[in-house]
Amino acid sequence: MNTQDIVSAAEAVKAAILANEEHIESLDRAIGDGDHFINVRRGCEAIVALKGELQPLPPAEAFKKIGMKLLSTIGGASGPLIGSFFISMGKELDGLAEPDAMQFANALSAGVDAIKTRGKADVGEKTMLDVLIPTSRLLLRLAGEGSDRATLCVKLKQEAESNMLATRDMIATKGRAHFLGERALGHIDPGAKTSQVAVFAVCDMLTVGATS
Amino acid sequence: MKKFVNDVDSLLLESLQGLAAAHPDLLQLHLDPTCVTRKKRATNKVALISGGGAGHEPLHCGLIGRGMLDAACPGQVFTSPTPDQMLAAAEAVDAGQGVLFIVKNYAGDVMNFQMATEMMDRPCATVLVNDDVAVERSTHTTGRRGVAGTLIVEKIVGAAAEAGASLDQCKTLGDRVNSRTASMGVAFTSCTVPAAGRPTFDIGEREMEFGVGIHGEPGRRRDTVRPAQQLVDELMAAILGDLKPARGSEVLLHVNGFGGTPLIELYLLFHCANQLLEREGLKLARSLVGNYTTALEMAGASLTVSMMDEELKSLWDAPVHTAALHW
Repeated sequence: MNTQDIVSAAEAVKAAILANEEHIESLDRAIGDGDHFINVRRGCEAIVALKGELQPLPPAEAFKKIGMKLLSTIGGASGPLIGSFFISMGKELDGLAEPDAMQFANALSAGVDAIKTRGKADVGEKTMLDVLIPTSRLLLRLAGEGSDRATLCVKLKQEAESNMLATRDMIATKGRAHFLGERALGHIDPGAKTSQVAVFAVCDMLTVGATS
Repeated sequence: MKKFVNDVDSLLLESLQGLAAAHPDLLQLHLDPTCVTRKKRATNKVALISGGGAGHEPLHCGLIGRGMLDAACPGQVFTSPTPDQMLAAAEAVDAGQGVLFIVKNYAGDVMNFQMATEMMDRPCATVLVNDDVAVERSTHTTGRRGVAGTLIVEKIVGAAAEAGASLDQCKTLGDRVNSRTASMGVAFTSCTVPAAGRPTFDIGEREMEFGVGIHGEPGRRRDTVRPAQQLVDELMAAILGDLKPARGSEVLLHVNGFGGTPLIELYLLFHCANQLLEREGLKLARSLVGNYTTALEMAGASLTVSMMDEELKSLWDAPVHTAALHW
């Protein structure tokens, strides 16, 4: 993975988020406060606009720059959470010009840990972590087993999707949805949905890249 | 959606420009990053900075001025501001006596202010306001929200800071006021976040959201609208159940409109709540009625009771000169 992959991933995530506007907004209206899509879109647009500045940087610095930009752009709870995610990924990748799958998997885990720490949250609380924690753990395992990219991406997508859907039956204890208590049952968490959309977009971008 | 908007993306900026232009003697708008400060920087006092998502006007930018805040950081509508805004505000108003952040207890606000304090290399402290009794205290969740009681914390700590209280004293005072203040609200209609373009939640003609937060987010339950006195009785039962004031205690009663309820109804609520105070043997010491902590155009209101003492009354009475509050 190199910085060009990161830039392509950012573009892919932005396109996927925009394509899912209706669905994400309806989920957030049901159990959030209606600003999730707008915030995520604002973040995506800011990163894609940084493209020219990111390209000459090594992956570690590119991730840190993305994190700082998101921290100052998104606001809300998402800003510090997603900002910390990328900054921690960047720190983990320091000194690596072209990290391999295992190194990237370690960085992703460090990023997810940063979200857990900053948000004081864990799996089962009806948040983006319900997608990110199992998906990053699976990546660590598959990268350790030396899975090829296509298999790895198919499995990661399955993991992200099933865990996103599982938030439907959770009672939230973190995030805006927790004010709803049992009323949030039956609704997928919007943060879990955008995380799944992002995992899909990155996996699709990587597998298209591999076959072309 | 029918709103006064040119371009939804520039709504916040244009509104802040209007606010600054309307109060040129009081306010200064800073851009990149966005914050609003007093026009005339105070010297030799603790700097008070608050902030939060826009959409709650006049909170917080309308509460900047002598006797209250030194700066405020507005985020996008209902979205917490970012750490760079808080750092810029601190840079602009730090008068050498430290910086006190006053933060409403919402996950986003808490995290962004926390990151700002981690990144800042000047003495600072944070008062977290969590006066909303609709949501139970809990170690597993974000806990009680910061709502209309925030204004009372800002007013009282603002007066103390103006009088020369230290950073530690301001922090202790803010925590004390917060612990003696409780609020709860009801919404009749939803609000519409301009960028979203449609109501945040659906609510029937005869329904109300009991225990609503200041973004239209739910609190205790969805229920059928009832006469005002019954609503006041129930809100006050929750508030006084939390504060447990002794008979004869002096209290400040604040009726806060959410933006879409006329003053005629807010004063009616005050009347109902005041009668209840009398029945409970409590003494109305100070009062405030109006739209101060709003949720865009949401119809509804919250009641706030803050327990007073001689010191707190005199700090409440101290002169204040801001866009929204002045005496």
